Amino acid sequence: MSAFWIATIGTSVIAFVLKYSGHSVPERWLSHPKIQRINALIPIALLSALVAVQSFSEKSQLMIDQRLVGLSVAMIALFLKAPFPLVVLSAAVSSAAVYHWL
Amino acid sequence: MAFGAAAVANGFSVLQACLLSLLTFSGASQFAVVGVIGAGGSSISAIATASLLGTRNALYGVIMAPRLNVRGFKRVVAAQVTIDESTGVALGQEQRGIDAVKKGFWYTGIGVFVFWNLFTLAGALGAQAMGDIRAFGLDSAVPAAFLGLVWPRLTGKFERILAVSCALFAIAMTPILPAGLPIIATAFIAIVIGMKR
Repeated sequence: MSAFWIATIGTSVIAFVLKYSGHSVPERWLSHPKIQRINALIPIALLSALVAVQSFSEKSQLMIDQRLVGLSVAMIALFLKAPFPLVVLSAAVSSAAVYHWL
Repeated sequence: MAFGAAAVANGFSVLQACLLSLLTFSGASQFAVVGVIGAGGSSISAIATASLLGTRNALYGVIMAPRLNVRGFKRVVAAQVTIDESTGVALGQEQRGIDAVKKGFWYTGIGVFVFWNLFTLAGALGAQAMGDIRAFGLDSAVPAAFLGLVWPRLTGKFERILAVSCALFAIAMTPILPAGLPIIATAFIAIVIGMKR
């Protein structure tokens, strides 16, 4: 089985188990303030790391290319409170423009 | 759209992209899987990153379960559509009573589920027809999507410092650690900080 299938199935199974277990365990198990706090911080850490790695690396090498422009435009769009699809679209369009131009 | 396109751009098939949207159904986790694999990470790192992002859905479930009060098959469906959006909308209806909470949860959860899956298919088919993904800016669509997902969470100075620190840490570790690990490592930074604070 390829890595793609393992990742697809493994992620899907665990995602559902996590969702279903939340609906099934007693509320007090997960309502500890420390767990709540960690739960709020984990997505911030992982998503920020993903932004950085996806923007400035290719395999294990660091590099700067058209994605820097795409990311900057996305950031401007977010500052201007643009909706999510517009943020992604503006990044793609600007990045593609720079890619053609260079 | 962006997810289907990103998945195909990173080497996933249209079927795999659609299965991720149907079965995983959690935007951040799905983008994480395709992002980590696309960056050369192993399937284990991809699953670990996606699952760490998915833990928040478990906590949403804890919050929603007593409000929805469903069992059997309905609970399975409720669990599957327990995501940021459905939980957020439901809790936004709290003052308007329990029926409004339930309505908000189900309409949002099922509505997002239907459209997310349709757009995934459209995006995946579109990307398949494209060829060089960079020519269409798809290489920037994925980081922009992550940025859009993290942005609303950066509510204070502490959150912004954590975000920038984790971004810098992941970049610094990228040439050193195997692909995927620099990202997972930041989750442990979050756990340690959360324990101490």
